[in-house]
Amino acid sequence: MNGFTLTPVETKPLSFALPVIGAAGGFAGLFVGTAHGSGAMGIAIGAVALILLAYLALVVFGLGQEKVTRWGIFALFVITGFLLAALPGIVLGVLSGLFFSWFIFWIGEGRYRANLAPYLTSGQVLWHYTFRVICGAIFVFLITPILVVMPLSFNAQNFFTFTPEMLRFDPAGYSLKHYQDFFTSSGWQQALRNSLAIAPVATLLSVSFGTLAAIGLSSEHVPFRRAIMAILISPMIVPLIISAAGMYFFYSRIGLQGTYFGVVLAHAALGIPFVIITVTATLVGFDRSLTRAAANMGADPVTTFFRVQMPLILPGVISGGLFAFITSFDEVVVVLFVGSANQQTLPWRMFTGLREQISPTILAVATILVVISIALLTTLEYLRRRSERLRGMSPG
Amino acid sequence: MSDTTQTGPMLAADGTPLKRSLRRALRAQKMRALALIAPLLIFVLLTFIAPIVDMLFRSVENQIVGNTLPMTVEELRDWDAADTPDEQVFRALFFDLFLAAEAKEHTKLGSRLNYEESGISSLFRTSGRDVADIGEVFQDALEEIDPAFEEAQVWAEMMSGGAGAEANTRLLSNQIGRLEQLESSAFNGDIGFVPGAEISEILPNTARAYAAFAGFTYFVDGDVVAEEEPWEAVYAALAVDLEDPATATALASYSGPSADMLRAAAAAELPPIDMKAAMIDSNKDWARPNFWETIQTYSPPYTTGYFLNAVDMEKTPNGIALRSEDERIYGILFKRTMFMSLMITFSCVALGYPIAWLLANLPSRTSNLLMILVLLPFWTSLLVRTSAWKVMLQQQGVINDVLVWLGLVADESRLVMINNQFGTIVAMTHILLPFMILPMYSVMQTIPQTYLRAAKSLGATNWTAFWRVYFPQSVPGIGAGSILVFILAIGYYITPEIVGGTTGTFISNRIAYHISSSLNWGLAAALGTILLAVVLILYWAYDKIVGIDNVKLG
Amino acid sequence: MKLTKTLLATTALTVAAGTAVTAQDMANSMTIVSWGGAYQDSQDKAYVQPYLAANSGVTATWDESSAEAVAKLRAMNEAGNVTWDLVDVVASDAMRLCDEGLALELDHDEVLAAAPDGTSASDDFGDLIVSDCFVPQIVYSTTFGYRTDMVPEGVEPPSTVCDVFDLAKYPGKRSLQKRPIDNMEWALYCDGVAKDEIYDVLGTDEGVDRALAKLGTIKDQVVWWSAGAETPQLLADGEVFIGSTYNGRLFSAIAEQNQPIAMMWDMQSFDLDGWIVPAGLPADRLARVMDFLKFATDTQRLADQAAYISYGPARASSAPLVGKHADLGIDMAPHMPTDPANAGNVHIYDYEWWADNRDDLDAKFQSWLAQ
Repeated sequence: MNGFTLTPVETKPLSFALPVIGAAGGFAGLFVGTAHGSGAMGIAIGAVALILLAYLALVVFGLGQEKVTRWGIFALFVITGFLLAALPGIVLGVLSGLFFSWFIFWIGEGRYRANLAPYLTSGQVLWHYTFRVICGAIFVFLITPILVVMPLSFNAQNFFTFTPEMLRFDPAGYSLKHYQDFFTSSGWQQALRNSLAIAPVATLLSVSFGTLAAIGLSSEHVPFRRAIMAILISPMIVPLIISAAGMYFFYSRIGLQGTYFGVVLAHAALGIPFVIITVTATLVGFDRSLTRAAANMGADPVTTFFRVQMPLILPGVISGGLFAFITSFDEVVVVLFVGSANQQTLPWRMFTGLREQISPTILAVATILVVISIALLTTLEYLRRRSERLRGMSPG
Repeated sequence: MSDTTQTGPMLAADGTPLKRSLRRALRAQKMRALALIAPLLIFVLLTFIAPIVDMLFRSVENQIVGNTLPMTVEELRDWDAADTPDEQVFRALFFDLFLAAEAKEHTKLGSRLNYEESGISSLFRTSGRDVADIGEVFQDALEEIDPAFEEAQVWAEMMSGGAGAEANTRLLSNQIGRLEQLESSAFNGDIGFVPGAEISEILPNTARAYAAFAGFTYFVDGDVVAEEEPWEAVYAALAVDLEDPATATALASYSGPSADMLRAAAAAELPPIDMKAAMIDSNKDWARPNFWETIQTYSPPYTTGYFLNAVDMEKTPNGIALRSEDERIYGILFKRTMFMSLMITFSCVALGYPIAWLLANLPSRTSNLLMILVLLPFWTSLLVRTSAWKVMLQQQGVINDVLVWLGLVADESRLVMINNQFGTIVAMTHILLPFMILPMYSVMQTIPQTYLRAAKSLGATNWTAFWRVYFPQSVPGIGAGSILVFILAIGYYITPEIVGGTTGTFISNRIAYHISSSLNWGLAAALGTILLAVVLILYWAYDKIVGIDNVKLG
Repeated sequence: MKLTKTLLATTALTVAAGTAVTAQDMANSMTIVSWGGAYQDSQDKAYVQPYLAANSGVTATWDESSAEAVAKLRAMNEAGNVTWDLVDVVASDAMRLCDEGLALELDHDEVLAAAPDGTSASDDFGDLIVSDCFVPQIVYSTTFGYRTDMVPEGVEPPSTVCDVFDLAKYPGKRSLQKRPIDNMEWALYCDGVAKDEIYDVLGTDEGVDRALAKLGTIKDQVVWWSAGAETPQLLADGEVFIGSTYNGRLFSAIAEQNQPIAMMWDMQSFDLDGWIVPAGLPADRLARVMDFLKFATDTQRLADQAAYISYGPARASSAPLVGKHADLGIDMAPHMPTDPANAGNVHIYDYEWWADNRDDLDAKFQSWLAQ
């Protein structure tokens, strides 16, 4: 649907554009105003300024000089921001400058209708965008906590606090010492090694067992299918604290508590439901006649599995494996109980860190992990698109 | 099959009846499927189900009382709970406690019973220290009569009845069995001592006490029986035996080793035996019938006590009753856990629905990018997200700072958003939201957009089209997400611990507390069992409504 | 199994006590359990690293599980598989472990070094040896710290524990530990109960109600903590005005992090922290741990520890050796809880009493909190 317009764009009358833009300006002005003493003044100044800007942009300069006008508005906002609140003001100025320089033309030129069906009433258009704004707010809710901890990891102090120096963007308030701590402390490095030694093995166990079982479960003639399924999914359902306590007592008794193998087994058990769920889901859409065809042509079951079935269910296996991996990599309750000093994983260290000595090193670790997972997720998305393109499933 | 006049059963290519052949094929298929499932099933049963069953068993287990005080429990069986028990019971208690104190098991029993009645812990601890002194009186008196009573070798010979005497192996194995229970270990091997049959008939208490001593010396201390001087309890047992005039009569005709020494002791004046006075002297609480009642009530090997405690009840002499008002806590916690989990589920539905809708209806390019925003929190460490909320929500935190900076909130009246239910709900909604969005998204993806357009072109308003056409089809997604989120929420532990304060904590926090701090593992198991039961009922409902195989994760 | 282990343990103990132990008889690795954080760092710097430097080939692993030490040792004992070699616990846990036979009973004079002047170890540690299994290391206290910049204008800074209960004079949030111990005593003390009668009063139902009622006057303003790092963080954030925590944590926030916080020592609650050796160790590991223990608890080592953290060394002979902070170069003595200037009015909590009444009071306290 992207890339072409549904409705021809037409310039809106000023009687519509100016009040809307003015209202937006007033809304923004409210916050600036309250921060400087008077909300009402803020609204008034904001509204008037924005109407003036919109008039200048839309009428005086016009479409022909859109690029220049946009830069002008942007610069104006940045300068105002700097005058009002120094460095932090510039940040806000950049953001609001970007927004308004786009918003004025978006409203004034009626571009907001471009991607919508021509028959929509203006109420429906309004709702369409309100809904987008609501969704945007929810995405902000999802993402802000993660963004907030990132700057704290550069804190020069040993607390989870935005110091006044940080808020002033004073370089003295920032430091890389927590990153240095992570990369030089043997404890953290050991924890990283442990995590990397435990998670892949646990994942391998749950993926190999889980895929086989999912294939078995997908055949139509399994007795007690429901009961078996319930047992296999249970590690995801049973509250972690109960699993952890049970494994703690039981593994102690059979000598697995405090061993590498014990932690791997426990994590593999926790990862199994994810593999089962994702692989059975892919198998639902699996065409059984393919295996039959392969068998017909003389392939033995093992060849059939690796050459026919596996490539087709691979996406399910990979995504199940990723879930299993992240379960193990992020798991803290069970490892605290089942593990011992020699199996301290990253989450374990983070947990004791939070409990015994609050230090932003934890946040530095988290930031590194977030960056890695963003990289991982984008790579996956890129690979997926590429494979879709190769298979000719998507136009782009 | 050109000619179909044949009347017999249909045959397969190899000549077997088709029905049988099909059945065989089906069976083979079943077996193959089961063979594929079996490794995982066994794996999960061993690494996951067995530990849980094992833990749940602790919620009713109560062998410790019977194992530590077997004779006392036996004597108490007929006690009518009216008054302090009589001397017989106290004597049994003395011998039981002596052995338990040697094995250092008495304080464990004390802690166990202290869960039911405060003060029992110190009762056992102090008296465990004193039992040796109580027995020493008799040791001194006997050694006064004949210094040979000090000799380890003399005792070993005397109690074995001399070389070639008939042995009482049953007594020995009984006592070793008792030690095994007390120490929860298996003891096998020849301890180099067997009580004599004749002497154990004449001196039953002494033989029993000495056999216990011998077993303990060999198995637990790792010493040679004939080289160790017996415990004070053995001397006390001898005094108890000699107190009975029948013993002197029986000794008169006894001819085993040290018979003369025993006859001399029987003839001499020994200190009077008053274990009741001695124990009460050690700790006056032994005179309190309610402590004895607790021991009596909790003597069976299995108990409902932990479960009663988990629902704020207790056993009293008049039957089962609610605990006093100021000790009820689990009812509140269970209710709160339920309420907050519901709130979290509702918030997740409210926030997740628009997002899932948006993701399902956007072109896949955009929606996949936005999906990263949903998955990113999911991939970020739970601990980090929780601490992030702490940084955001606290009074000097980011949200309050922004509100104050914008002038929406006065600096003195910053909002309290953490260490209460609000904090827990917000943080947990954030943490569990992806679990709601993913199943909803996968259901919504299957609903064709054309349905909505069709409804609208037939004259439905936006709202009617959504509510009557789209929404009903998305209900399975809501159901799947809700139950998943609810089940996960109800068992949460780390997040409420960090942001929950006192009013925002869950029952799991209490379970964790009982496992690692108060060490009341039985109560933790009982609370866990109840929680697990609730979860399993929901799980069952989930299976009925949605089907376990219909859960999808992205 | 148990037999052989105990056998080995006993022989090893006698050997370790003597002098004829060669390094070949000792295990090459130790798992030492402690609390993590700055305290563990101080142990690491003051005696673990020096010991490892002196004994090449030996490795030590830290396990930060002291908070769950009793639970984990019990489970290990049930399983007959003790993976820890030396455990740092508070005195009450040590007593409990000793009572249950989970910790090894020691002859302090035999296994520990005497003071440089020849005073025997048991005399040097004195009353601090509260249990036969316990080797004390430090005296610490749970006490208060407050934000100096949040003291209302024109009002004296808080000077007594009862100021914590005075919302009118010192408005703002407080942080207290999420357990009845100490809090109940402080509440009764500030409700007018004489110090030596606190436990008599607390032993009655009315006394408990009275303590809870007193705590109830500030309940809305209390943030309850369960980990020692929380109060310093809350103080640094300005989330609370005054809060209780371990004195070493406050020292680090004040002296090392330069936070605007000051100490309020009144009615500080003394407690002890020290080592126990788990029962049932195999001979080679036991020999190693005994060798380390003797080194780590000698006069000089305990004094060295005080250069990194403001906890008082448990040996009388170490006190005069306490010098300056290793990095900051400030005198450590005035920051010790045992310093006469700080120890004017102290609260000594009754281990025995709490051992008996903890379950009961805890149930009441928790249900009070939940309401």
